[in-house]
Order: sequence, then structure tokens, then C-alpha cells
Amino acid sequence: MLRFLLKRLALTIPTFVALMFVTFVAIRMVPGDPVEVRTGERGISPERLAQFRHELGLDQPVWKQFADYAWGLLHGDFGTSVVTNERVLTEFLQLFPATLELAFFAMVFAILIGIPAGVMAALKRGSVFDQTLMGLSLTGFSMPIFWWGLLLIMLVSERLGWTPVSGRIDLIKFYFEPVTGFMLIDALLSDQAGAFKSAFHHLMLPMIVLGTVPLATLARMTRSSMLEVLSEDYVRTAYAKGLSPFRVIGLHALRNALIPVVTIIGLQVGSLMAGAVLTETIFSWPGVGKWLIESIGRRDYPALQGGILLISSIVIVVNLTVDMLYGFINPRIRHGQ
Amino acid sequence: MASDPQILSAGAVEAVQAPPTPLAAFWASFCENRGAVMGLVLLSLIIFVAVFAEFVSPYSPVEQFRDFTKLPPVWVEGGNWHYLLGTDALGRDTLTRLIFGARVSLFIGLTVMVVSVILGVALGLAAAALGGLVDVMIMRIMDLILSVPGLVLAILIVAVMGPSLTNTIVAVTAVFLPRYVRLVRASALSELGRDYVTSARVAGAGPLRLMVLTVLPNCLAPLIVQAALGVSEAILEAAALGFLGLGAQPPVAEWGAMLADSREFIRSNPWIVTLPGLAILVTVISINLFGDGLRDALDPKLKRS
Repeated sequence: MLRFLLKRLALTIPTFVALMFVTFVAIRMVPGDPVEVRTGERGISPERLAQFRHELGLDQPVWKQFADYAWGLLHGDFGTSVVTNERVLTEFLQLFPATLELAFFAMVFAILIGIPAGVMAALKRGSVFDQTLMGLSLTGFSMPIFWWGLLLIMLVSERLGWTPVSGRIDLIKFYFEPVTGFMLIDALLSDQAGAFKSAFHHLMLPMIVLGTVPLATLARMTRSSMLEVLSEDYVRTAYAKGLSPFRVIGLHALRNALIPVVTIIGLQVGSLMAGAVLTETIFSWPGVGKWLIESIGRRDYPALQGGILLISSIVIVVNLTVDMLYGFINPRIRHGQ
Repeated sequence: MASDPQILSAGAVEAVQAPPTPLAAFWASFCENRGAVMGLVLLSLIIFVAVFAEFVSPYSPVEQFRDFTKLPPVWVEGGNWHYLLGTDALGRDTLTRLIFGARVSLFIGLTVMVVSVILGVALGLAAAALGGLVDVMIMRIMDLILSVPGLVLAILIVAVMGPSLTNTIVAVTAVFLPRYVRLVRASALSELGRDYVTSARVAGAGPLRLMVLTVLPNCLAPLIVQAALGVSEAILEAAALGFLGLGAQPPVAEWGAMLADSREFIRSNPWIVTLPGLAILVTVISINLFGDGLRDALDPKLKRS
């Protein structure tokens, strides 16, 4: 197990280095001079220009620039935004809790509905419920979520007036310093009446939109995994020795059926991040996805570079953890090693 | 035992009746799946409309009818029979733009698929055949691409290269390439150990012939399924880029970009928002239905329970 762990860890190091290199090169291929972006494109004296170049380290040889960049990264320096002059890591960490909250609740939403629905569909294979669910799952899976978001805004926010259109909380009524960064928890801690309700209303639509594709995937996966398990000998044995269906399904079948499903949940992190970019853009959710898109508009390439590097690092680490946990929850793999 | 010649011949016919050709067997199995047939029919319709867009659509996609802006579809109050699905903010006919949008989306989806299949086969076979350093290099690069969330990688590429239709295709291809390479490499590796490959090698087949003519045909089934489903994913991804303003640029009628343009009318003119998204959804669903049917018919091993 330890060897497997170390090997997997060692394999991620070249990926990190390559990722550093690629983002470094990519940003240098962007048309337009970063110095000009920073100073505005008006006429500027050559001395000032040279000074800016020096400040940004752009007068150094390229290999030196890369070495400095890599050295900075190792010390937690992901560059400085050319627009806000703020450290990229600082900006990212300020915005990331919003994305984390959104992604977390989207996943909770998907799990709470997707897994029971998948189990039910497997138990009633071929029924109307099963067929409807599979149809819905196909639709969810094929859904352009940016359109789904707009549709929900039109129906739920505009037509019915149930939820607000954008943001995380009603900023006119409520203000409090972030404690955890999770608006729901902060709202509870703030002791302001109605704050939690407002935060929850703001979260609802984005959560549903981001959770739709994982929900469809989970329902499908759970169903097929459950069907496979239900035909196993040990399930027949469990029935044969007189256990109640509830015990057989809940204890014997479900636990085994969920092993592949748990892996799928872990591997959704990448697509959740991609989905967050779209969801945050639609709902003006102040997270890292919206910030990334805005950085492109502002030609803030250090922010883009650092942001992509940070997001990818998170995905790599989570996937690695899922790999490790998989061995933990699936003894067959552990003992096979 | 001089029996009736007629009966004999009838029996003989029955005995030598050929088994169904692979194609016929595939078709029969495909047709068992009602959803797949429905997907195929819908998809054929969309392809037909896209190919013959100039003849099918009533107007030009960029023609502006300034007196008839933001019309709803004909079945809604205020609709106009001249503009069946209404018009957008500039008075362009929505039906026409949807039809031309189908052409753009299918073009993106198919180009991405073809390019990634070709590159995927080349790189995957090279990795499997050459092994060693080449294999490690190729697979490390693919791992690298996979470590960046798809849309985020596409955004980076488009940000670097500038937004355009071509760069959308490049970006989306880069995102989907790794899965083709991995798939081809994995199935080629498993085929390479088989006896028929060894015998071909013994018979003197060169490495190129061995990989392309002997091994590749036996890796095709999962590749075709992946390719079909890859088209729908590419369309979704490209539409997302278009929606973010990073795809095809105006005035090209692209579904994602049409949606982005319509966002400000979400309150006043819901139809302008609804229709392009519906077009994306229907296209993607029909391709997915078709792809699932292909999977079940071509590759029983992958069949979903």
C-alpha cells in the first residue's frame, strides 16, 4: 500500500512541473505586451517602459524568468495581478470559498437525489419510474448547463419570483465579516434574522444548475452498479437465509454497489470546476470561475495563469486522494496489491 | 433413396443459407433499441437541415429586418407568419439562424471528432508500438491535459490564441484528445499480446503494417463508440465557449453565442433565450441516443445493464 502511495505521489511531480511550464509558456504566447497592458497603451517614455520591464523581470533571459517563476511558486508566490496589483494567491483564496460552497452543495444535491433514485430504478427495473428516470438522466447528461441556468432564472426567479437572480446574499440587508467563507454558515453565525434564508435562496438555483450533470451521472451509475450487484450470489444467499429485503438491499447490496459510485463522485471534481465557471458567470456568483473569465476580459494574464495552475493543482490533489481512498473502501484492491 | 429433388434442394438452401453479414447483424441489433433509432432519425434530420441550410432556411442568417425585431414565435400572440420562430434583437430570423447554427455546431463537433480520432490513433498506436520513452512522453502529456478541467483548458487555449471558430476547434480537440489516445493505446496493447499478431509478425509484417492493418481494425469498436459520443461532448463544449464569448465571433450564427446575446432579454423576450438552448439540447440528446445504440450494437462488452 505504501509503495503504491509513494509511486502515485512521485508520478504527480512531473505533471506539476509540466503544468508550471505550460502555463508559463502559454502566457508568453499571448498577443500583446503585458507591460503595455499595465501601463495603458498610450505613449510612455522608454525609461519608464524599461523600468516596468525590470520590475516585472521581463528584461531577464527566458530561462531565468522561468526559474524565478518556479522558485516563486515553490514559495507560494503565484504572481501579481496586473489589474488589482494584488497577489494572485490572495485573490484566489478570497474567492475560492464561494466556489467551494457552491460545488459542495451541488454535489450534496446530486448525491441526495441521484443515489436513491438510481437504487429505486434498479429495484424496479423496466418500470415506468425506471424509464422516466433514465430519460431524465439522459436529458440532464446532455444539458447545456448555461442554458439550464437561464431557463431556471426565467421560470423560478422572473416568473414565480421565488429566488433572487444573482449573488450570494442580499447585500443591502445583510452585512457581516466572513468567518468560514461558507455564506450559509456565516449567515447562521451572524445572528441576523433572515440572513440564512437569504443565503439559502441565493444558493438554490446555482446549486441545482451545477448539480444537474453530476446528478444524471450518479443516477445512471448507481442504477447500473446496483443491477450488477443484485444478480450476485451473495445477494441471493442473503435472501435465501431469510433476511428482510430492506436488510439485503440496504446492507448487502448497497454497500457494494456504492464502491464504484464513490469513485465517480471523487472524479467529478474536475467537471465541477469547469461547470462552476459557467454557473458562476450566469448567477454572478463571486467565485474563482467568474474571476477567471473576468481576468480574460481584463487581459489580466498573471491572474489567469495563477488561477488555472491553482485550480488544476486542486483537481490533481483531489484525484490522487480519491485513488488512495479507493484502495481503502475497496478491500479487494487493497489485498490484491 | 432417390427422393424428391425439390425437397432436397429446399433443404440444401436452408443448410447453406449464409449467416447475416456483420453489417446486417449490427443493423438488426441497432434497430432493437428504439431510442437509438429515434436518435438516428432526429440526427439525420438535423444533418440534412445543416447541409442544405441555404435551401431550407427562409432568409439569410445575417439579414436584418429592422421593422420586426424581437418577434415571438408564430404560435404566441404577436407572432408573424413570415418569421416562424420569431426574430432576435436585430430583427434576424431565429429559424434561419438556428438552421445555420446547426451547421456550425455539427461542423465543430465532426471536425473535433475527426481530428482527435486521427491524432488519437496515431499517438495511441505509436505509444503502444514503440513503448519506452515515446510511450512515457505521450502518456505524460495526456495526463497533463487531463489534469486541467476541460473547459478551463479550452479557455486558456482560446485566451492565448484569440477567440475564433478555428481556435474553438483547436481548444476542444486538445481537451478531448487524451481519451482517444488512452483508448487506442489500451486496446492496442491488449491486442498486441494475441496470437494473430504474433503470427503476422512471424509472417514478416513490418511494424507499420502490423499496427495499422493488423492491430487497428480490432481496436475499432470502442473507438467508434467513443467518437460518436465525443461529437456531442464537443458540441456542448464549443457552445459553452461560444456562450462565454470565446467561441465563434459575431455575426456567425452559433448557438452558444446566440444564447449569450439573448441574456439581456431574459425578462422581456423569453423565446429568444429558449430556442437556441433547445436546439443544443435536442442535438446533443439525439447524438447521445445514437451513440448509446452504437455502443450496445458494436460492443456487447460495454453494454449497459
